[in-house]
Amino acid sequence: MIYRENGQFKTSYTADQQIFTIAQDKIFVLAVIAFAFIGIPFLVDEYLFRAILIPFLILALAALGVNLLVGYCGQITLGAGAFMAIGAYAAYNFFIRIDGMPLIVALLLGGLSSAGMGILFGIPSLRVRGLYLAVATLAAQFFCDWAFLRIQWFTNNSSSGSVSVSNLNVMGWSIESPVEKYLFCLTFLVVFALIAKNLTRAIIGRQWMAIRDMDVAAEVIGIRPMYAKLSAFAVSSFFVGVAGGLWGFVHLGSWEPAAFSVDRSFQLLFMVIIGGLGSILGSFFGAAFIVILPIFLNQFLPALGSFFGIAISTAAVSHAELIIFGSLIVFFLIVEPHGLARLWSIAKEKLRLWPFPH
Amino acid sequence: MSRKIGDVILDLQNISLRFGGVKALTDISFNVREHEVRAIIGPNGAGKSSMLNVINGVYHPQDGKILFRGQERKKMEPHMAAVQGISRTFQNIALFKGMSVLDNIMTGRTLKMKSNLLMQALWIGPARNEEIEHRRKVEEVIDFLEIQHIRKTPVGRLPYGLQKRVDLGRALAMEPQILLLDEPMAGMNVEEKQDMCRFILDVNDQFGTTIVLIEHDMGVVMDISDRVVVLDYGKKIGDGMPDDVRSNPEVIKAYLGVGH
Repeated sequence: MIYRENGQFKTSYTADQQIFTIAQDKIFVLAVIAFAFIGIPFLVDEYLFRAILIPFLILALAALGVNLLVGYCGQITLGAGAFMAIGAYAAYNFFIRIDGMPLIVALLLGGLSSAGMGILFGIPSLRVRGLYLAVATLAAQFFCDWAFLRIQWFTNNSSSGSVSVSNLNVMGWSIESPVEKYLFCLTFLVVFALIAKNLTRAIIGRQWMAIRDMDVAAEVIGIRPMYAKLSAFAVSSFFVGVAGGLWGFVHLGSWEPAAFSVDRSFQLLFMVIIGGLGSILGSFFGAAFIVILPIFLNQFLPALGSFFGIAISTAAVSHAELIIFGSLIVFFLIVEPHGLARLWSIAKEKLRLWPFPH
Repeated sequence: MSRKIGDVILDLQNISLRFGGVKALTDISFNVREHEVRAIIGPNGAGKSSMLNVINGVYHPQDGKILFRGQERKKMEPHMAAVQGISRTFQNIALFKGMSVLDNIMTGRTLKMKSNLLMQALWIGPARNEEIEHRRKVEEVIDFLEIQHIRKTPVGRLPYGLQKRVDLGRALAMEPQILLLDEPMAGMNVEEKQDMCRFILDVNDQFGTTIVLIEHDMGVVMDISDRVVVLDYGKKIGDGMPDDVRSNPEVIKAYLGVGH
């Protein structure tokens, strides 16, 4: 009964094509965003920012990018980690090689470089699909692992192979403390989520989904598969590249190629699958699930053990964490193969009718 | 009917199509006139769907010429056929299952929408106006097909008959000059068939769209089409007015077998 669109009539197509057509939805999302900007900085301690919130924001941005490609355009990829690396290293080179390069511009240029590489590594998608494409995108991963480890120029000839940035600031406003980093990442995420939503409700998004659902019919309607697929690779890699830049610059500060290994690619793909393919919200759910759950289990298991009077060793905790985490993923995939976002939409549909059955 | 049948819009000359050693189409020639309803009939495996695929560029015939408005068509991709104004529906519904009815029909407007990626990303100016303007056109199609009540439903959840109608809607949203219908009435009950016949005739009548249609229901074909071409084993065995075709001995032989 609380959640009703009763009496909310639309008199123009503009009104009907808004992002949130139901007023309650709009208010709820605006409230969440306002709370994230204003409330959380006062409520949360430094550890939470560093261990959970900042990684969550950045990985949610990357997952959003992967979702545009895998969920909306149906092109599976195992190279997301590589595009994060390209974004990070390209932004690094722009940042240190050009004097006075603003941070945001460097990050966006990193994203653009990643988009360019995305188009290049997306070319196989014109011929192969499914698992074969996944293997082809792995090439991007291995190529980047190799390039950033072996080609000294990318790392500015640093002897240890790791690179670092410092003195981050945006127009005089320094980004040093966890709260500032958090707000910086949050701004990026909100803006990019809006862009992703706009793209998916526009022509380009419909072209991607058409290619995903039935490529022959899409072609007959006048959609060029090459444009649709490569634009999906480009936009997705742009998102992932910017996230990679943030991960290196803001979260890590100094990093080496291992930060963007194939594990990261798998992690992002899992986020998208668990969160919900083809759903913006699903990317957030997936990122939250994968970032928060291990940490939660890590804290929760010893507490549970001491409650029953059993002391659980650190090693046992880390083993149990993996076991429980794995089985939860399997459980969610069996219960709801369309991801957490589908559970959310089912709940909303039920709420609209509650307490009546129809 | 008030509409006037015009000149030849599509002329197929000596089309042959082979898949390896299998001859799908052999030396087929026929033409389609502007504003007419042209039916292609024939037993299973006669090459009817292959013929449609040749017309809209999915298959490339090894021999023969296709003239569209008097101009010879070179080897072409399906999307170029769409640019020329040829749209089609599919025998096994090929809708975009994850998308709503509205979005499915909106994809039919893709070629007419011009705004670039950046404008779409920011949802500003031209991109936004274009979206509204084409939404209006799509709503006209939705009204025409009487599917207003399901416009926000994902097509995967719709019953078969409605899916067929959405498939037609998507093709109509392109405002085609030639509409290819591959068994638009297969698997429907009598009422659904009547509805579909009405839509097809209305499209032909109101918009002057040329229609090329494959159908198995002889009653329907004889009623709504102006001319009929009959294929059997990839060869043309009859061509003409419905009544002529019905009395053609070759056609009777193909449909009923020898000895009758």
